[in-house]
Amino acid sequence: MAQPVELPDRIEVGPVIDEGHSLGSVSDKIAGIVLKRKTTLGWILGFLVSFSLLQALMAAATWLFVKGVGVWGINIPVGWGFAIVNFVWWIGIGHAGTLISAILLLLNQSWRNAINRFAEAMTLFAVMCAGMFPVLHTGRPWLAYWLFPYPNTMDLWPQFRSPLVWDVFAVSTYFTISLVFWYVGLMPDLATLRDGAVQRWKQVIYGFFSLGWRNSARHWQRYEKASLLLAGLATPLVLSVHTVVSFDFAVAILPGWHTTIFPPYFVAGAIYSGFAMVLTLMIPARRFYGLEDIITIRHLNNMAKVTLATGLIVGYGYITEAFFGYYSADIYEKFETLNRMGGPYAPFYWTLVLCNIIMPQFLWFKRIRTNPLVLWFFSIVVNIGMWLERFVIVVVSLHRDFLPSSWGMYWPTIWDWAVLIGTIGFFLTAVFIFVRILPMITIFELRLLLPGAQVKKEPVAR
Amino acid sequence: MSENSDSLNLTSIQTKLEKAKGAGYWRSLDELASVDGFKDFLHREFPRQASEWIDDEGRRNFLKIMGASLALAGLSACTKQPTEFIMPYVEAPEQAIPGKPLFYATAFPVAGVANPILVEAHEFRPTKVEGNPEHPASMGSTDVPTQASILGLYDPDRLQTVNFIGEVRSYPSFLQSFIGALAKQQAKTGSGIRILTETVTSPTLYAQMQDVLKLYPGAKWYQWEPTGHGRRMGMQQAFGQFLNPVYKFDQAEVVLSIDGNFLGNGPGGVRYARDFVSKRTLRGENKTQSRFYAVETTPTSTGCKADHRQAIKPSEVAGFVRGLAATLGGAGASGPLATTKFYSALVKDLQAAKGKSIVIAGEDQSPEVHAVVHYINQVLGNNGTTVTFTQPIEPKPADQWADLTALLADLHSGQVDLLLILGGNPVYCAPPELNLRGAIQMAKMRVRLGDHEDETSEICQWNIPATHAFEAWSDAPAYDGTVSIIQPLIAPLYGGKSAHELLSAFTETPEKSSYESVRDYWRAKHTGTDFETWWKHSVHDGFIKDSALPAVNATAKLVAPAGGSAAGGSGYEISFHSDPYILDGRYANNAWLQEMPRPVSRLTWDNAVIVSQKTADDLKVTDEDLVAIDYNGHTVWGAIWRIPGQPDGSVALSMGYGRKRSGRAGNGAGFDVYPLRPASSPYFGTGAIVRKLGEKFRLAAVQHHFAMEGRKPVHAGTLDEFKQDPYFSQKQSETPPKGLTIFPETWKYEGYAWGMAIDLTACVGCNTCVVACQSENNIAVVGKEQVLNTREMHWIRIDRYYKGEPDEPDMYFQPVACVQCENAPCEVVCPVAATETDAEGLNNMVYNRCVGTRYCSNNCPYKVRRFNFLLFSDWESESVKLQRNPDVTVRSRGVMEKCSYCVQRINYAKITAEKEDRKVRDGEIVPACAAACPSQAIMFGDLNDPKSRVSEWKRHSLNYSLLGELDTRPRTTYLTEIRNPNPEVQKSEKDS
Repeated sequence: MAQPVELPDRIEVGPVIDEGHSLGSVSDKIAGIVLKRKTTLGWILGFLVSFSLLQALMAAATWLFVKGVGVWGINIPVGWGFAIVNFVWWIGIGHAGTLISAILLLLNQSWRNAINRFAEAMTLFAVMCAGMFPVLHTGRPWLAYWLFPYPNTMDLWPQFRSPLVWDVFAVSTYFTISLVFWYVGLMPDLATLRDGAVQRWKQVIYGFFSLGWRNSARHWQRYEKASLLLAGLATPLVLSVHTVVSFDFAVAILPGWHTTIFPPYFVAGAIYSGFAMVLTLMIPARRFYGLEDIITIRHLNNMAKVTLATGLIVGYGYITEAFFGYYSADIYEKFETLNRMGGPYAPFYWTLVLCNIIMPQFLWFKRIRTNPLVLWFFSIVVNIGMWLERFVIVVVSLHRDFLPSSWGMYWPTIWDWAVLIGTIGFFLTAVFIFVRILPMITIFELRLLLPGAQVKKEPVAR
Repeated sequence: MSENSDSLNLTSIQTKLEKAKGAGYWRSLDELASVDGFKDFLHREFPRQASEWIDDEGRRNFLKIMGASLALAGLSACTKQPTEFIMPYVEAPEQAIPGKPLFYATAFPVAGVANPILVEAHEFRPTKVEGNPEHPASMGSTDVPTQASILGLYDPDRLQTVNFIGEVRSYPSFLQSFIGALAKQQAKTGSGIRILTETVTSPTLYAQMQDVLKLYPGAKWYQWEPTGHGRRMGMQQAFGQFLNPVYKFDQAEVVLSIDGNFLGNGPGGVRYARDFVSKRTLRGENKTQSRFYAVETTPTSTGCKADHRQAIKPSEVAGFVRGLAATLGGAGASGPLATTKFYSALVKDLQAAKGKSIVIAGEDQSPEVHAVVHYINQVLGNNGTTVTFTQPIEPKPADQWADLTALLADLHSGQVDLLLILGGNPVYCAPPELNLRGAIQMAKMRVRLGDHEDETSEICQWNIPATHAFEAWSDAPAYDGTVSIIQPLIAPLYGGKSAHELLSAFTETPEKSSYESVRDYWRAKHTGTDFETWWKHSVHDGFIKDSALPAVNATAKLVAPAGGSAAGGSGYEISFHSDPYILDGRYANNAWLQEMPRPVSRLTWDNAVIVSQKTADDLKVTDEDLVAIDYNGHTVWGAIWRIPGQPDGSVALSMGYGRKRSGRAGNGAGFDVYPLRPASSPYFGTGAIVRKLGEKFRLAAVQHHFAMEGRKPVHAGTLDEFKQDPYFSQKQSETPPKGLTIFPETWKYEGYAWGMAIDLTACVGCNTCVVACQSENNIAVVGKEQVLNTREMHWIRIDRYYKGEPDEPDMYFQPVACVQCENAPCEVVCPVAATETDAEGLNNMVYNRCVGTRYCSNNCPYKVRRFNFLLFSDWESESVKLQRNPDVTVRSRGVMEKCSYCVQRINYAKITAEKEDRKVRDGEIVPACAAACPSQAIMFGDLNDPKSRVSEWKRHSLNYSLLGELDTRPRTTYLTEIRNPNPEVQKSEKDS
């Protein structure tokens, strides 16, 4: 038997919470953002900009419902365009939240406590954005409910072999679990806000939503149990939802879609883009609300590492795809790979390679990981790269398939852009409202991180 | 309340009201309301409370009158309706069963030549054109303009009223004015009357014209059409008389086409395609093929089928045929002798097949070329065997350009008091230097019979709406002279008049109907005893039996070179071609034809400046670059479209586009090339200047990639390859064996198993199937903007591929519709089961279940599914609604659609068979595409019946599945295209 090797302590970049915080100061600081802080001009401006962008979605959706999906650039052969690209992109973004709230909880990664709430809210909003697209993109959106298995006089069920039906289940389950998990986690904090609110109406509203949380030990005991159960439920979803989304493509026979590597590759891509989006939102938020001491450099560093790791998996996926394009000896697969690299959409592909394979390599450098501004730039790059990845998968595979006679091109119209920008507007509007009315950081979990909350060292695994 | 038994009832009130007429009508209401019985009636009709409301007398009266007004307004409308008699269906017209279509034999004349057809009518509403299987010119097939004629009938832009300088008038008022004008002419024997028509072929119309000319000996009748001149005058030059050529392609071993587009186009094209293909296809007992050479100034769909094709400049054609005549031993012939392998092989083949070959010149070639070609046939001994001649089908063949010149002279002399233009659009088509527009305005009274408000109607005072061929009686000969009686299927939609009726206006019976004119003519002509029976038979059959013109013997002589125009010089050559679908522009407002992809260029909605790659390089232009063409003192702007196989240094232009006044479909489509076309040389020109303008003009092509990219959608080979190994084609691709799947293949197609086979050797790329499908299946027209975004809706398309050298490629056609996969990729991905294979193997599209995810289309490797991205179907135009096939759903927005194998026809036949307690017979179901196909390239039937013809086709060694390697198990398969190149002409066989 070898001697048990004493592992060195992990080299952490700074603490998960800066020194000088007490239980009270944490509560005051975070609840104060909601309760005491005046609505700043910056918030109003940001909200107005986001809300204007949201109007683009309203206009685009109205026009879409009036005229039909033909207002977009889609055609035959490219039957899916921005709508599906955006759908996959938004769903992917959502994944970081669930990973942080569920998987990291189960893995007892306490650093997640500071970013958990925010990331989870982001998940919800991203899934809402994503959830719009399946309805918007159908030719007859007023009949989109036919995708649900509901009893009807026609005795008709959905066609269960279709991945689109699986999508309906995957996404709706995902949204439900995420919402419940998020809301359950909010209850103690809502009670804190209720107790801290001065105005009567705030007390009533927060009180109503806190569902009578009284901070009793029994409450906590049940809370912990429920939280753990929900985390257990949400964990497989992190893997399953994007797996199912990838089936939308992998099940088809189209070269570029029909790929067995898609499920893991999509999941990695989802986490990759999700963490990038958390960074994109968190870095400005921690700055504007002065939360650098709570969302520390250590958080950013950790998230950047996850981004790098998943980015490497995604890069591996690209290489595998390209390799099998060659190795399959299938002329359609081969052409599809070459067409991505050298066809009319080649600039998209190479930008994607730049954004998703080359740029993340900079994250190997600690100096980049720990510089919020630079990291923010990289997170944007990743977001763009992942959007392009979906564009390349959806559009570039479709535009040149089996018969050269039916090849075509897809170019987005103003309404395609309006929907994309509009959902970004929706997302940001929701984020702005969220940070204004709810604690963006889980107060009670954060308090657990304080030295005073630490239970004396016990021989229990961390 | 009294229950007065003799109180008024509705009927008596109505009767009372009927009597109350004129201005006093409303005033008499009071009186009516005060009748006692009527009061009772009101009480009973109104709620109890109303009758017990007894407080205010004034209000009570007011309410009473209000109530009476309302009630009475419902009983009888404010204005008196005209008395019309509706017909009860108690005694239904014979044969008319609601829901069952009736077919009427008639004919649709295209440029005077009858296309014999059967028109399907639903409840007396014509909806679809089929060929007349009994008629030798059709044998059940049609061509594209004939198929599309049904839309022409319901064209909402047709001229709908008689009008005089823009004011709506009635036909009687026109007659009044016309007869007044005639009265003035009587004194001077009608010397002020001129009649301008298109080529007249109708025997009745000709007889009527003769009557008019007899009545008014001073009147003159001219015929002019922009095309067809070369054929007519070439005949005259070669034989010294006007004749009508009839080709026997089913007997020709070697065919040489000089710019000829005879497969499915032009006079006899439908029959020629069938005859030609009968010598080409390798189905059945056929083990040999004829050989087909094409020499072309621009690629045509016919030239695409050639074993050897050579592009030559338009100016070289005359020299080429003269040289050929000389080489073949024509006495006195001389011309530049080509030394190419193509040429020597051609000469050898022609000489070997003396008396069994055909040389044919195209419609757009000059009289000289036509004449020399007739002479070559003479030298080869073909005249009288494979090429026969009859008396012309035109009763008065004429040099139409001379006619036009004469008319102009008359107009300029100011002696024309009354100009009658029957059909045609001469103002648009005539060369600008003739200034026909100005000249016509010199005539004092200008009457035009036309189907649209167009460039010609604009300058005529009286415009009479013309009837469509399906609206009036007439007659017309087919390409061989067989006369069809044209019977109407529907009363004129817009009160149109036929040319027969207009000519009757000259006579003592100005209101004589077309029916009487046609019938009287044939009664006079009829020699047998029982006219009634003969007439009924002829109308029923759609043609007069044995009326084909007898062959005549004629000897062609060599004509002297025309000289002049062939002089070269700098600049580019331009050649003028009539469009294969809208012809000289006459069908420009037919949206089906506008959206029909041209077979070679694959363009819709526009014509283009067709150049070769090298010419484009010289001009430093590429596709869609706008250029200006200076020629004939005029400049025309058009967009470049490069086509391999176009001779270098030459520009091909198609006529009929750039209409300014044709209607909503034709207006602004393409550019008008008529200004460039001089009267002196309307076939081609040299020394045109082409200038790049530096702007782009988007052209809507339905296909953008023409190389096969190393794939083998079209299997092709040579006759030698086939002889060496009949199965060579099936070895070119692999189809996975059945049973590779882990799922048990439990379903056996035990009843019917519908399938289709398409013979690529037979397909001539004419697009008739496409328009037939459009007509049968209510397929929407989407417009240029949507075609630009590849959203066209055609259920069947004809792909065109190139193979071989980029400058002289082999070209292949492949019709592709839904292949009805047994393992359909579309099905498994549909989330709502809107597309499902049925027990007979039909992949059915359920429109009302479709939510429009488009996943099925994405997963379809053939990309044959079509999506209603917007509301493409026309739900607005009332007249277009009449065209719709009631057996096929009109699709709305957001729904996927695709070929159904004409499931409505399948079910019709199945129901019929079930009622008769039998199985559906082979050939009982013919989908619209197969029925219309001139070359019979499409076969449909039951695959479970080993004796069915489709099973026989599929057993052929040349049968292969498109993308069969995907294991989709398509029900539609293809027969490999086999060509018969001369082994002496070497061509590299690598893919481009």
